[in-house]
Amino acid sequence: MRGFVLAVLLACGLPAQASPPLRIGNGPEPETLDPQRAEGVSAGNVLRDLFEGLTAIGADGRPRPAAASGWTISADGRLYTFRLRDHARWSNGDALTADDFVTGLRRAVTPATGAPSAQLLRPIRHAAAIADGRLPPEQLAVRALDAQTLQIELEAPATYLLGVLAQPLAFPVHAPSLRRHGDGFARPGRLVGNGAYRLEDWVVQSHIDLVRNPHYWNAARTAIERVRYLTTEDLHSEYKRYRAGELDITYEIPPGQAERIRRELPGQLRVAPYLGVYFYGLNLTRAPFRGRPQLRQALSMVIDRELIATRVLGGLALPAHGWVPPGTAGHEPQRPAWADWPYERRVAEARALYHAAGYTQAAPLDVEIRYNTHESHRRVATVIAAMWKQTLGVRAHLHNEEFKVFLYNRRLRRDTQVFRAAWMADFNDPLSFLGILHSAHGKNDSGWSDPSYDTLLERASAMVDPGQRAPLLAQAEAKILAEVPVIPIYFYVSKHLVSPRVRGWTDNVLDYHYSKDLSLH
Amino acid sequence: MAYATVRRLAAGLLTLFVLLTLSFFLLRAAPGGPLDRERALPPRIEAAIAQRYHLDEPLAAQYTRYLVGVLRGDLGPSFQYDGYQVAELIGAGLPVSALLGTLALLLALLLGVGLGALAAVRAGSGVDRLVSALAMTGLALPNFVVAPLLILLFALGLGWLPAGGWQRGAAGDLVLPVVALALPQLAYVARLTRSGLIGVLDSGFVLAARARGLPPARILLRHALPPALLPVLSYLGPAAAGLITGSVVVEQVFGIPGVGRYFVQGALNRDYTLVLGVVLVYGALIVLFNLLVDLLYGLLDPRIRSR
Repeated sequence: MRGFVLAVLLACGLPAQASPPLRIGNGPEPETLDPQRAEGVSAGNVLRDLFEGLTAIGADGRPRPAAASGWTISADGRLYTFRLRDHARWSNGDALTADDFVTGLRRAVTPATGAPSAQLLRPIRHAAAIADGRLPPEQLAVRALDAQTLQIELEAPATYLLGVLAQPLAFPVHAPSLRRHGDGFARPGRLVGNGAYRLEDWVVQSHIDLVRNPHYWNAARTAIERVRYLTTEDLHSEYKRYRAGELDITYEIPPGQAERIRRELPGQLRVAPYLGVYFYGLNLTRAPFRGRPQLRQALSMVIDRELIATRVLGGLALPAHGWVPPGTAGHEPQRPAWADWPYERRVAEARALYHAAGYTQAAPLDVEIRYNTHESHRRVATVIAAMWKQTLGVRAHLHNEEFKVFLYNRRLRRDTQVFRAAWMADFNDPLSFLGILHSAHGKNDSGWSDPSYDTLLERASAMVDPGQRAPLLAQAEAKILAEVPVIPIYFYVSKHLVSPRVRGWTDNVLDYHYSKDLSLH
Repeated sequence: MAYATVRRLAAGLLTLFVLLTLSFFLLRAAPGGPLDRERALPPRIEAAIAQRYHLDEPLAAQYTRYLVGVLRGDLGPSFQYDGYQVAELIGAGLPVSALLGTLALLLALLLGVGLGALAAVRAGSGVDRLVSALAMTGLALPNFVVAPLLILLFALGLGWLPAGGWQRGAAGDLVLPVVALALPQLAYVARLTRSGLIGVLDSGFVLAARARGLPPARILLRHALPPALLPVLSYLGPAAAGLITGSVVVEQVFGIPGVGRYFVQGALNRDYTLVLGVVLVYGALIVLFNLLVDLLYGLLDPRIRSR
C-alpha cells in the first residue's frame, strides 16, 4: 500500500523540461526498443533516432553512409567491406567497433532471439543455416577485420543489402549492456545506442523522451535537443492535439479530413507515395479460384481503382494496377493492357471471361470477401462487392472478423476465398514485394505456386547488374498480373501533418524521417 | 462481525480463483494467438518465441505454471510489450488510473449527492425537473461523445486546457479526463440520491422529527440523508472499482497511460498474461469494495448494524 501511495505521488510529480522538444505523434505504442526484436513502424521511428546502422536511408529513398563512412563491393557482388567512422562512440562514451555490428547481426539471425524480420538477412552466407538451427551463430559470414573494418560475405549477390543494413534488425548491439541486462536491455537507464539521440524516459502508453547524444559522431550538427514520441492511437485525438499546438508532426490524419485540412491548414499536410500495397488475396488452394486464372482476371478487371482511390479514400491512395508500387528503386512499372481501356470495354471483356469460366446471370459466382473489422476495409469491400454485382452479377458476401481471428483463418487457407491483405516494403527494391509470392514465402496466403515465377526471382536475385536484373523482375511482375493470385487495389501514401515550425522535412517512399535532420523554428 | 468479514474474504479469494481460471481458458479458446500478425513469422522464429513464453507446453501445464506464478506474486511477462513484466505495467498504470478515478468519484459524489438532495427537497419544482433533465443527459451521453466535445470546447475553442497527454499528472492534464469520467457517474448518483431521499422524507421517523420541531437542515443531513444514501453506496462499490481501473475510452481519447486500455488492447493482442493481470486486479478491487460497502452499510443504517 505504501508503494502504491508513493507511486500515486510520483505520478503527480512536476515535469522538468527546459527547451521545448520536437513532439511527434507516433501511432501505436512501440512493442519494444530492442532493435533486433522490433517490427512495427512506431518502434522503427524511435530506433532510427537511438541507433545508426552501417547505412541509413537518404531523402531519395536510397541507402547512404551512416555509421560506415564508406564501403567497397567485390566485382562478383558477394563481398562487402565497410569502413566505420573514426572516433565513433556509443552513447555512454565507449568506442563503437566492427565487433559490435558482428554481435548485432549474429543476434539477429539466432533463432532464440526471435527476430521477426530475420529472414531479411538470408542473403548473408550461412544465415539461412543458422536460422534453421543447422549451424551456430558464430558461423555467420560477418567478420571484423579490425576495429574499424567489417566484412560481410553473401551467399549470392543481393543488391538490396545496403537497404537492409539501414533497418533496426542490422543495428549494432552494445555487448556489455546485453550481457548485464539480458533481453531487458532496451529500457531507459540501460539502453546504450549509437544514434543521434539517447533514451531518457519511456512512459508506456504515453510517450518516449529522447535527448541529444553528445557522443554521436555528428552531434555538432544535431539541431534539436529533445524529441518526444507520443503514443497516438486515436487519429481523431491526435488531430485535435495537433490543432491545439501540442504536436509538431502527426502519425497520420483522420479519414475523410483531407479536404478540410488542406483548406484550413494550408501547406501542413504532407502526402507522398509510400512503398505499400493494399490488395485482395485469392485462395488458390480451393474452389472457386483454384486453377481458374480467367475468373480471377475477370474479377480484377471490373474493379474501378480510380474510383476507390479518389472517392472512397478521399485521394489518399494511388490506384494499383501493378503489384510493385511506383517509386520503387530499380523497378520497371508493369500494367495489364486492360488498365488503359475504357471501363465499358473492360467490363465487356471481363464478362466474356466470366462466362467462359461457366458463370451466368442465372448461375452467378457466390463468393465471400473476408476482412478484419475496420471501417475503411468495410467501405472498400462494400464498393468492390457492388462493382462485381453490377458488372458481372457476382454475389459477394462480406464477412468481417476480429483481427487475430482473421489472421488465423487467413493463414489456415481453409475457409477463405477472397481476403484483405497489405504489404509494406522492408527495403526499397521490387524483390520486397515480388518475394512474398514466392511459393516458399511464409506470407503467401493465397497458396500460389508457380515454378517458373520462383525461377525468375531466383535468377534475378543472383544478378549484380541492374540492367539485367530489372527486366527479369519486370517479367515476374507481369506473371503475377497475368495469373492474378492477388488483386492489387491501391498503393499507400504517407500522410502527415507537419507544423510550419519544423524545417528539413523531406517526403520519401519509405517514410523515414530522422530527427537529427530536422530543426525547429 | 469479524467472523463475517473473514468469511467474506475467504469467499472473495475463491471468487478470484474461479474468475482467473475461467478467464484463462476463455482467452485461450479464442482463435488466433499473440504470435499471429499481419506479417506471419517464419516457423522457426515463431517456435523460438513460443518457447520463450512457454506457449509450446500443454495448456494444463501453462495453467499450473501461471497459477503458481500468481501465488508467488509473479504475473508473468507481457506478450505485447517485449521486455516488460505485467506487474510492472500495471504498477505504472494503476496509480494513474486510480488518481483519475478517485478524483472523478469524489466529484461525482459531491455534486451528485448535492444535486440529488436539492432535487428531492424541491421535488416537483422547476429545480427538480432541471436536475432530472441534466442527469438524464449525463446518463445518455457516452464517454466517446462527451470526451471529444470537451476537447473541442475547452482545448480547441477556449484554449484553457490541453487536448490530451500526460506530463506525470500535471493538474491541467487531469481536468478534462476527470470531468469526462465523472459525468455519467454524477448523473447516476444524483438520480439515486433523489429517489432515495424522496422515499425517506415521506417516512415516519422524518415526520416525527419534524413534529418535534427539529430544524429542517438537521433533519435532512442527520436523519434523512444517511439512510437515503444506501442505494448510492451499493452502487459505489462496483463503480469505484471500475473508475479506479480506468476507462478505455477516456484514456485513449486523452492519451493517458492508465490500465483501462490494457483490458481491451490486451484482449485484442491476445496478450494473455496482461489481460489476466488486469482481470485479477479488477476482481480483487470489486471484492474489496463490496466488502467495504457492506461494512459502511452498518455505519449508515443502525437497523443493519443490530442484525
